[in-house]
Amino acid sequence: MKVGLFIPCYIDQFYPNVGIATLQLLEKLGCDVSFPLNQTCCGQPMANSGFASLSKSCDKNFVSNFRGFDYIVGPSGSCVLHLKEHLHDEQHPGEAEHIRKHVYELTEFLVDVLKVEKLNASFPYKVGLHNSCHGQRGLHLSSMSERNLPAYSKPQQLLNMVNGLELKMPTRSDECCGFGGTFCVFEEAVSVKMGKDRVADHQQNDVQYITGGDTSCLMHLEGILKRNGSKVKTIHIAEILNSNA
Amino acid sequence: MSHNSTMKHAEAAANFIKDEPRTNWHDETLWFVRQKRDKAAHGLPEWEQLREWASQIKQHTLSNLDNYLLEFERNAKANGVTVHWATDGADHNRIIYDIIQKNNISKIVKSKSMLTEECGFNEFLHAKGIVTVDTDLGERIVQLRNEAPSHIVLPAIHLKKQDVSDTFHEHLNTEKGNNDPQYLTEAARQHLREKFIEAELAITGVNFAVAETGGFVVCTNEGNADMGAHAAPIHIACMGFEKMIPKAEHLSVFLRLLARSATGQPITTYSSHFMKPREGQEMHIVIVDNGRSRQLGRADFRNSLKCIRCAACFNTCPVYRRSGGHSYHTAVAGPIGSILNPNIDMKANADLPFASTLCGSCSNVCPVKIDIHDQLWKWRQVLVSEGYVDSTKKAGLKGMAFLLARPGLYRFAGKMGRSVMRLFPWIVNNKLNPWYKQRKMPAPPKQSFRDWYLQNKKQ
Repeated sequence: MKVGLFIPCYIDQFYPNVGIATLQLLEKLGCDVSFPLNQTCCGQPMANSGFASLSKSCDKNFVSNFRGFDYIVGPSGSCVLHLKEHLHDEQHPGEAEHIRKHVYELTEFLVDVLKVEKLNASFPYKVGLHNSCHGQRGLHLSSMSERNLPAYSKPQQLLNMVNGLELKMPTRSDECCGFGGTFCVFEEAVSVKMGKDRVADHQQNDVQYITGGDTSCLMHLEGILKRNGSKVKTIHIAEILNSNA
Repeated sequence: MSHNSTMKHAEAAANFIKDEPRTNWHDETLWFVRQKRDKAAHGLPEWEQLREWASQIKQHTLSNLDNYLLEFERNAKANGVTVHWATDGADHNRIIYDIIQKNNISKIVKSKSMLTEECGFNEFLHAKGIVTVDTDLGERIVQLRNEAPSHIVLPAIHLKKQDVSDTFHEHLNTEKGNNDPQYLTEAARQHLREKFIEAELAITGVNFAVAETGGFVVCTNEGNADMGAHAAPIHIACMGFEKMIPKAEHLSVFLRLLARSATGQPITTYSSHFMKPREGQEMHIVIVDNGRSRQLGRADFRNSLKCIRCAACFNTCPVYRRSGGHSYHTAVAGPIGSILNPNIDMKANADLPFASTLCGSCSNVCPVKIDIHDQLWKWRQVLVSEGYVDSTKKAGLKGMAFLLARPGLYRFAGKMGRSVMRLFPWIVNNKLNPWYKQRKMPAPPKQSFRDWYLQNKKQ
């Protein structure tokens, strides 16, 4: 199984450990993983700001990097959702379509494609799970509190396989953290207030870590935690699933 | 009172949040309503099926709206109702004013109609020296305060009981400082009772207009629409043309969804069916377009007209709960307002589709399955292509797109600027970096993932 590893730009630049954990985890689980070296970004920051027209070159670059793989896997629900919904390449429409249909967020790939039932991982801490909106409501990684449908959660299913981990859900299990791409700066006041409220909800549970499938949400929450001198840390779910403490 | 503020959402929201305890209270109050909605929705096994039916009935109606409107007019006329057609808000106001003048009316009661807010009806009449009394309790409170409603179902939800006590003390002579809800409600009741009795005209909104019967349904919890319409010699009902449903039996879908979505009640206290004027009474219906046919012509935004004004999207919206309805500076606030208002005035409301994180909760609670968050995304594209976006934002994103389309340049910029996040100009483009104001930057790592990969993995 040939897997193309998609590491979103801000993870590449600021959170290399998330990329490393994702790669090691996929290899441990038997995937033949390559990292195309000329990848940059999925184009979401432009498109969500109303500049989808500017992301065409990004799209082209993405397609030329990721054609020919059985699957494309990335540790970010938000970027993956953007690709699934908006990746187009006029010159290579078939390849763009193949990518749209075979790009997976990490936890859905582990659960739905690799059908992982056991992990040799250990993380003996109290952990709060942040369901990021694009992963949850966009990719349906877990059931949503608004809908009247059976309950499930792919990230929880995986976290439950980790030895020693004590999972704690916040009172509002799927409220947005307020990152929202460029929203985080153009609506700074609301963005920060939303983040502070998420953090407070998790802190009620005395968690040591807040985890999730989107580094962008975690970067925002981490910024707030650090500014307030909190001891609570953020950690991407890939790092927990890959941990061998 | 209508909104004529030039302040954009982000700035108005920042002002709202300055009072953090009050923001928390606003958030928790509306979250409580959202939870009541969840309980009611989850109590019906057929909930998702009802949403699907409601959506399909509305889609069908919008696709055949010309026929249904004419059928409705025909049947309403046969019932003895006078039907008027208004192209826009000004037309709506003029039609009602003509009736007022013709009958020499000076005492008017109105039950909640967001359409009259949309048309600026109260100010219009005020300028003519005529006062109309809003009779929904929440609307009366904000009217006395010379404010606009901040929520389409809970118009005074931005106010606490002490605010109401102060307002009533000033206008209704209640005891200073007495904020007992029962005492205040009783004062409002006595005050409004007088207005109902002396009213010469009652204006109501419409929740559902039934094409096959020419009748219409008005849903309230206070019975104020009924008090007005049953006492006054003239009743005018105002409706946006999207209120149409084909048959009376379709009410069995919508009435089950409306109150559960709005407040978590199984049904509103009053679901009043109006069919024809009683003997000696005049009944009018004003059917308003005001941009709706333009919206109907926009393929991407057409189905926003399915909206039944339950405000579930307000209550669930994490941005609305923390910024208050007035920050949306329009009659209909919240997520649905942010996809309806750019159609009415693109320039004035260009900020609204950006007042969202695109979390998608609005689309999930919507009882008629409007893809609200997708339409917010699509409005952003329209607003940018029509030139309604700030030039510094545009320059920043253009620069970013340029960089991200060029892998070599991207890596170079990353090496040079990782510590100052030069890669992400929307974060640093501003002198007073808004990220840093209340958040720390991520600690810059020594090497990128790619560098690590080349060093450790590449064969």
